[in-house]
Amino acid sequence: MKGLHNFIDKKLKPNFTEGGKLSKFWVVFDALETFAFTPGHVTKSGAHIRDGIDLKRTMFMVILALVPCLLFGTWNAGHQYYASIGQEADLWAKLGVGALKVLPLVVVSYGVGLGIEFVFAGIRKHSINEGFLVSGMLIPLIMPVDVPLWMVAIATAFAVIIGKEVFGGTGMNILNIALTSRAFLFFAYPKQMSGEIWIHDVASNKTAGLLVDGHTGATALGHLANTVGKAADSAEVKGIMAQFEPGGMFSFENSFLGLIPGSIGETSTLACLIGAAILLFTGIGSWRIMLSFLIGGLTMGWIFNLAGANAFMGVSPLHQVVMGGFMFGLVFMATDPVSAAQTATGKLIYGFFGGFLSIMIRVFNGAYPEGVMMAVLFMNVMAPLIDHYVIQANINRRMKRTALQTA
Amino acid sequence: MSEVQEAIVEKKSEPLFSKKNRKLISDPLNDSNPITVQVLGICSALAITVQVQQAVIMSLSVLFVLIGGNIIISLMRNGIPDRIRIIVQLVIVAALVIIVNEVLKAFLPDISEKLSVFVGLIITNCIIMGRLEAFALANKPGPSFLDAIGNGLGYAWILLAVSIVREIFGSGAISFPGMGQVKFLPEGWFIGNGGFYENNNMMILPPMALVVVGVIIWIQRSRNTKLIESH
Repeated sequence: MKGLHNFIDKKLKPNFTEGGKLSKFWVVFDALETFAFTPGHVTKSGAHIRDGIDLKRTMFMVILALVPCLLFGTWNAGHQYYASIGQEADLWAKLGVGALKVLPLVVVSYGVGLGIEFVFAGIRKHSINEGFLVSGMLIPLIMPVDVPLWMVAIATAFAVIIGKEVFGGTGMNILNIALTSRAFLFFAYPKQMSGEIWIHDVASNKTAGLLVDGHTGATALGHLANTVGKAADSAEVKGIMAQFEPGGMFSFENSFLGLIPGSIGETSTLACLIGAAILLFTGIGSWRIMLSFLIGGLTMGWIFNLAGANAFMGVSPLHQVVMGGFMFGLVFMATDPVSAAQTATGKLIYGFFGGFLSIMIRVFNGAYPEGVMMAVLFMNVMAPLIDHYVIQANINRRMKRTALQTA
Repeated sequence: MSEVQEAIVEKKSEPLFSKKNRKLISDPLNDSNPITVQVLGICSALAITVQVQQAVIMSLSVLFVLIGGNIIISLMRNGIPDRIRIIVQLVIVAALVIIVNEVLKAFLPDISEKLSVFVGLIITNCIIMGRLEAFALANKPGPSFLDAIGNGLGYAWILLAVSIVREIFGSGAISFPGMGQVKFLPEGWFIGNGGFYENNNMMILPPMALVVVGVIIWIQRSRNTKLIESH
């Protein structure tokens, strides 16, 4: 290791520094070097205590937290495929099918996103930021299995350029990058982001008559959205709701473990909770946001229970939060340190309304079954406003206190 | 005394296309573009740029109203009492817009229907009121005419650029008045027909027009850093 480090420092580095043969590619070299080794940068003035956890290592911890979701999602993509055509398959066959669908998505997302980052770093002459490392992993995890790759490429490019670089790059973005790319796809290619895309090849298998009864390729939320506006005791609604009972396809147990169709990485609440544990243990994710987001979701679910106007509203709050992308959004999207609220009280408010709106949107608006995406993006926009009022309230309180003392 | 008179005579005989007057046309196309720099007339730019043919007709309408309004106000500029000048301007602009609207309804009913209220809303287009207030009220008809052409074309090229991008990526087609909409992508390319391609639905929605205008502003300001406001 030491020999390698010496070789890079003595032999390779001079080529890239100013005056070297390859000085144009300094940003690329710098990015790769600091990725592999702790950077040797020192502060130029004053004394600063520097933590070993810099941006790169922070991002790396989040990637680590995403690994359970990625692995489970890969397996589940295969599992759902074999389940939909009623075949038995072993672990490796399922992982194989899943990997064939998931890996290209990861490659495209990273390739396009990092390519754009490199170009902008070159133009603006700053070192390459690590912000995309996490976004590049989040984007494939919130995509449907069968989404065309070129759409992912366009959505990634849109999110990185319009969502981030326009505002000045990493740390300047208003909206969560990964969700921006998904929202773009959702509005740009609605046909490819809803319907029969959540299980690999479900549409062609359906026309070929290979599908097992009960598999339509729709997600749990898609089924529930179908019940809205229909009488709760009609045969159709009863048939759908039976799937949500214990033993059904979308039972609480299945939804918690993630054995249901959905976007690749979001189905398993268990995998998300493992990720959450890693983020909380390392102190990278905010427990305030996670907790208040969960409470917000449960509160709205409970209010709907009380109202009970249709079958969707009657779903228990605990069941609501294990379906769809709620947990994934809670752990990985809402806690994004750039676009979330920054103050402690602000984080509580931000999280609560994020969860509250997620459940509200998915129940009230059948066109947007995935309410979490909309809710988190909306709260991203509101976050500076929340922070502003929290800080103002604090200033006012302290002003009052000093006024009382001096009077 | 005679020197002053000579000066006035000289000023009067300034050619229409002198260097100063040419700038009246070229400036609004670039550094003082009404849409991207002054950020006026944004609503119509976002609303009617789904198709090129609508953008062309809208640009021509605005150009006509702008030229007519600028010349008429400029001719009347010494007779308009200052206190009621806005009302006078409004009456003239409204009259011109009604003419445009009737002509469109008579000869281009399809496009007129698509443009809907936005032709009528030319009355409130900030570019027109802005040019009347800022230029025509203080200048002779000649320069006012050039100013109107410059600003009208500055408005038009942004509309055209935005609508070309939106129509190509949003509908996979291109249109022009009198030609109709021509879809140039082969039908077999589309996912519904077993292909791989799909039109970008977001391009048809107004938010994407905002993004496209934003990108034009971005390019313009990175080329000309004078336009970037200091904070």
